[in-house]
Amino acid sequence: MTELYDVLVVGAGPAGLAAAQAAAGQGARVGLIDAQARPGGQVWRHDVRRAAPRAAREAIAHLHGVEWLAQHSVIAAEASALRVETPQGSNLLAYGSLILATGARELLLPFPGWTLPGVTGAGGLQALTKQGWPVAGKRVVIAGSGPLLLAAAATLRAHGARLQGIYEQASTATVHAFARQLLHWPARAVQALGLRARLFGVPYHFGSFVRHAHGDTALQVVEIETPNGTQTIDCDLLAAGYGLVPNVELASALGCSLTYPGAHPQVQVDAFLRTGVANVYAAGEACGIGGLAVARLEGTIAGHMATGNTEAATALLPQRNQARRFGDLLTKHFALDPRLRKLADQQTLICRCEDVTLGELDAFSDARAAKLATRCGMGACQGRICGTALAELGRFPRSGSRPPLFPARLATLAGAATFPSSDDEYRGSRS
Amino acid sequence: MSSTVRLSVNGQAVDVPVGASVAAAMAQVSLHFRRSVGGTSRAPLCGMGVCFECRVRIDGVAHVRACMTPVREGMQVQSHD
Ligand SMILES: Cc1cc2nc3c(=O)[nH]c(=O)nc-3n(C[C@H](O)[C@H](O)[C@H](O)COP(=O)(O)OP(=O)(O)OC[C@H]3O[C@@H](n4cnc5c(N)ncnc54)[C@H](O)[C@@H]3O)c2cc1C
Ligand code: FES
Repeated sequence: MTELYDVLVVGAGPAGLAAAQAAAGQGARVGLIDAQARPGGQVWRHDVRRAAPRAAREAIAHLHGVEWLAQHSVIAAEASALRVETPQGSNLLAYGSLILATGARELLLPFPGWTLPGVTGAGGLQALTKQGWPVAGKRVVIAGSGPLLLAAAATLRAHGARLQGIYEQASTATVHAFARQLLHWPARAVQALGLRARLFGVPYHFGSFVRHAHGDTALQVVEIETPNGTQTIDCDLLAAGYGLVPNVELASALGCSLTYPGAHPQVQVDAFLRTGVANVYAAGEACGIGGLAVARLEGTIAGHMATGNTEAATALLPQRNQARRFGDLLTKHFALDPRLRKLADQQTLICRCEDVTLGELDAFSDARAAKLATRCGMGACQGRICGTALAELGRFPRSGSRPPLFPARLATLAGAATFPSSDDEYRGSRS
Repeated sequence: MSSTVRLSVNGQAVDVPVGASVAAAMAQVSLHFRRSVGGTSRAPLCGMGVCFECRVRIDGVAHVRACMTPVREGMQVQSHD
């Protein structure tokens, strides 16, 4: 069965929520899709133990006239329609206009020991903790780069983790320069001060990064490179994330152009958030890392544009352009130390799905050849982790992904509406 | 927000808050979620549905991402060996 929406929004983070609300305000039939069970995206992810911030509660409460399609993963793009998979079956959702608000994921870099249970992303451990992951009393080291480390640390502390320290790879001088810039961004400065207050007493180190994680069957010790030499710390969990990377797979499958401001692609849009493909818009982190304020503004603009309300969209452009400048500031001040690209050794696994080491990849200079010979990037994550890491390491860019966008059940790929009860066969997901 | 859900993880009863993920329930019992192609233990990495390191068997269905699946009363969860 095919449902038809005037406007279909993919991603229920701040950008998608704002887009859906703006479009529904014009009387359009709006569908809001997310692979997650709850709306909120990353920053407003539902926390099982703590109340959501007011802005999140309001954005979710304001979804009048929007059909919320939870646990809908977009698997493929068809002509003016998306193939989605739910826990129960699969569906084709047709649209007049489409808004891509697919957000970003964390940049996760390989280092010896990074596959040990207990090693996660920084935003990754924050997300798991909000889902109810037991961190109370656990010794946690937070490492990597950017303001997300502080946000993750604050969540972990609120859930009772024992923070052993936050290790930021950027130097003291650049972090201080960033802090001075915050004077021009009062709302951001207030947010930063609030975070620091919630993290009172937790050491925040600069110019420092994890070089090795050790443990038998799970993490026990991390080795940290600091400006004063190497330090070892006993811990239960390591949360290490090096910034964010836009999710562009769906945009790419739709034929939207991508741009590469650095090693990683983002969706290319014009001033009105139009992609090159007719009636397809993109908003928020998918178009480049910009943070919460950008996501909300761009979502609203895209929602207006998708319903022909160019005037309302135009009125928001100056605010949006101003907010985007904050993203540029982040990129500049949290640029990665080149030493981080040298942490993995010949034996370090790069492709975690297929267990391919960096050494095995030495002979290859493009992703396709490496994939054919070693299966690197062929597993369930479809190169989202290893391909992105290899691009960051300067090895080769990630190869274009092919459908399905996520491993899907065979019945979905065959276009069946409901799954046979014993259908547990997935394409592209060996154990 | 004190109500909890009871489910079974590797045969062991576990109570977690309503709305928690299977990943959170699994972590109460073990950090071994699946065994990799090369035979090592793996556990969640990204927490957001991207890395597929958290795959487990849920009510007989293999390779389900634990971090993307909310718990339900009576669920049977098994790590992949
Ligand atoms: C793990 C993590 C934690 C973060 N924590 C914070 C924080 O605490 N504070 C902060 O200020 N910023 C945080 N950020 C930064 C965050 O990216 C932005 O603040 C903000 O969430 C971006 O909003 P968005 O709407 O553009 O995208 P997101 O919030 O990322 O929302 C995108 C949504 O799209 C969905 N999606 C993507 N692809 C598909 C598909 N194919 N099918 C179905 N659904 C799909 C995703 O499930 C997701 O819910 C975090 C980022 C990450 C990755
Ligand atoms: S932890 Fe990465 S997909 Fe679940």
